[in-house]
Amino acid sequence: MNTISAIQQFIQNPYNDYGGHMQTFLIICLLAIVWSVVIAVPLGVLAAQNRRIAFLATNISGLGRAIPTIAFFGFATTTALGIGIKPAVIALIVLGIPPILLNTIAGLQGIDPAVTDAARGMGMTPVQALLRVQLPLVVPVVAAGVRTSAVQIVATAPLAAIIGAGGLGDYILGGIGLVSLIGPAEVLVGVIPVIALALLTEYGLAALQRALTPVALRQSAQRAPVGAASAQNGKGVMAA
Amino acid sequence: MAKIEFVHVTKQYPGTTRAAVDDVSLTVAEGTLCMLLGTSGSGKTTLLRMINRLIDPSAGQILIDGKPTTEQDPIALRRSIGYVIQQIGLFPHLTIAENVRVVPNILGQPKDATAARVDALLNLVGLDPAEYRNRFPRQLSGGQQQRVGLARALAADPDLLLMDEPFGALDAITRERMQDELRRIQRDVHKTIVFVTHDVQEALKLGDQIAVMSDGQLVQAGPPAELLLHPADDFVARLLGADNPLSLYEHVSVATLLEPLAGATGGPIDAATPVLQALLTLVQTSAAALAVSRDGTVVGQVSLDGIQRRLRAAPGQKTPPLPINA
Ligand SMILES: Nc1ncnc2c1ncn2[C@@H]1O[C@H](COP(=O)(O)OP(=O)(O)O)[C@@H](O)[C@H]1O
Ligand SMILES: [Mg+2]
Repeated sequence: MNTISAIQQFIQNPYNDYGGHMQTFLIICLLAIVWSVVIAVPLGVLAAQNRRIAFLATNISGLGRAIPTIAFFGFATTTALGIGIKPAVIALIVLGIPPILLNTIAGLQGIDPAVTDAARGMGMTPVQALLRVQLPLVVPVVAAGVRTSAVQIVATAPLAAIIGAGGLGDYILGGIGLVSLIGPAEVLVGVIPVIALALLTEYGLAALQRALTPVALRQSAQRAPVGAASAQNGKGVMAA
Repeated sequence: MAKIEFVHVTKQYPGTTRAAVDDVSLTVAEGTLCMLLGTSGSGKTTLLRMINRLIDPSAGQILIDGKPTTEQDPIALRRSIGYVIQQIGLFPHLTIAENVRVVPNILGQPKDATAARVDALLNLVGLDPAEYRNRFPRQLSGGQQQRVGLARALAADPDLLLMDEPFGALDAITRERMQDELRRIQRDVHKTIVFVTHDVQEALKLGDQIAVMSDGQLVQAGPPAELLLHPADDFVARLLGADNPLSLYEHVSVATLLEPLAGATGGPIDAATPVLQALLTLVQTSAAALAVSRDGTVVGQVSLDGIQRRLRAAPGQKTPPLPINA
């Protein structure tokens, strides 16, 4: 039977408030992703102006990535934030920032110096050079960072349930202990959409990344390894 | 309108022990082409980039039309000066047309108003607009990219043009064509051009004035013929090949060998004609002497005899015999 009908029943049971949990989960993910981008891209732009700051930012980010997210969740609850959605989103933002930050810095630093020099020499203001030349050139690399970051956030967000944020994690964490008693249905209603969302994020953002990449750089818009030299450096940007 | 004066200009980069540009004073007259000639590392690029304030001098000042550059907004200054950078530096995500349009664009000129100009400039640098305007830089050869770099520098029609080894990536034939084009442009529209090169022949061919740089110092500045005839020192003489009559008479005009008119059967030729070319005409036409004219008036003659006498005057001497009216 019955796993399938059990899942159906579980979802349809108003007492389980499936829609509400799904909504909470999506909101947590969306907030975390959007804030990661909003914080990490400008931070990366600023950090890339100065070699020492860039070095520092890169290393702190690397360190941050080594700390398990569960520790962030735990730590967040010890602060004034307490438990709930807010500390969960903040912990996920901390998780989401490094890939975007690293790629923004690496992308900007990987731009052929002759190109930025030409922008300056033509009389572009620093803001014009950034908006017209530098950012378009690093869009593929930054987008690759956003993709990595978003997938990590979606995959980690169920854990937010342990600090009372709610969402699909409630079913997974709550259901694990009950598998032997009432079957896997409750775990599955949590796990399946999380997997689906992670895949959707991965492929959806890959498409977005392609769409955002300037036509001239399309060929080389592959996924850049986080923290490695920029993707377009070898091909799109001409060597002197 | 653009006269440039360097007044005791020095640039020492932080953390270096020697000045990259050392107390250079030089004037580039309006509408002339000044070649900065020197070996690699002699400070040519540094001197050039101080003009549009990509680099600020450590001491001294640069005046454009009498006005110190430090009193001008660097952004506005750069927009008013065409700049061809040594490493080309086209914007890889923009098409060729968009690259050429960059300065008009940031100056707020409408796109359709500049479209015709972009095509004209691409034609000027020898790239068929229909074929190239929508390509991307990476789809062009190094030489073609360099030509786009020149078109980009000319786009806003600046009075002053800075060119840093602009023809370095071109094959010999294209380079020659571009040199001729540049000379034509400069003769037609009288831009003031400062042109960096390490190629002596290029300097001799293009320059109204050559400024020879060595180790950050200006060794000598003057018209090509003057440098060839009166090199300031051995370094300049060797660099320019002033001891080689062929090189000398390719770049020195017949005006320097003028004799009083006495039975010239050929010509008239212009006073600016290189001696070598006059020699060729003399040999080809078997004329004993060619009349020489300046602005349509005959001012004297050159003869085979006279050139021979001058060449024989001091055999084996390092610097060439000095003609009468150098
Ligand atoms: N940004 C810089 N920092 C330190 N030294 C520099 C810098 N740019 C150039 N130099 C040095 O200044 C000298 C002149 O360089 P440059 O003007 O580029 O010479 P050129 O264009 O004649 O080859 C060289 O010794 C070079 O190494
Ligand atoms: Mg140079």
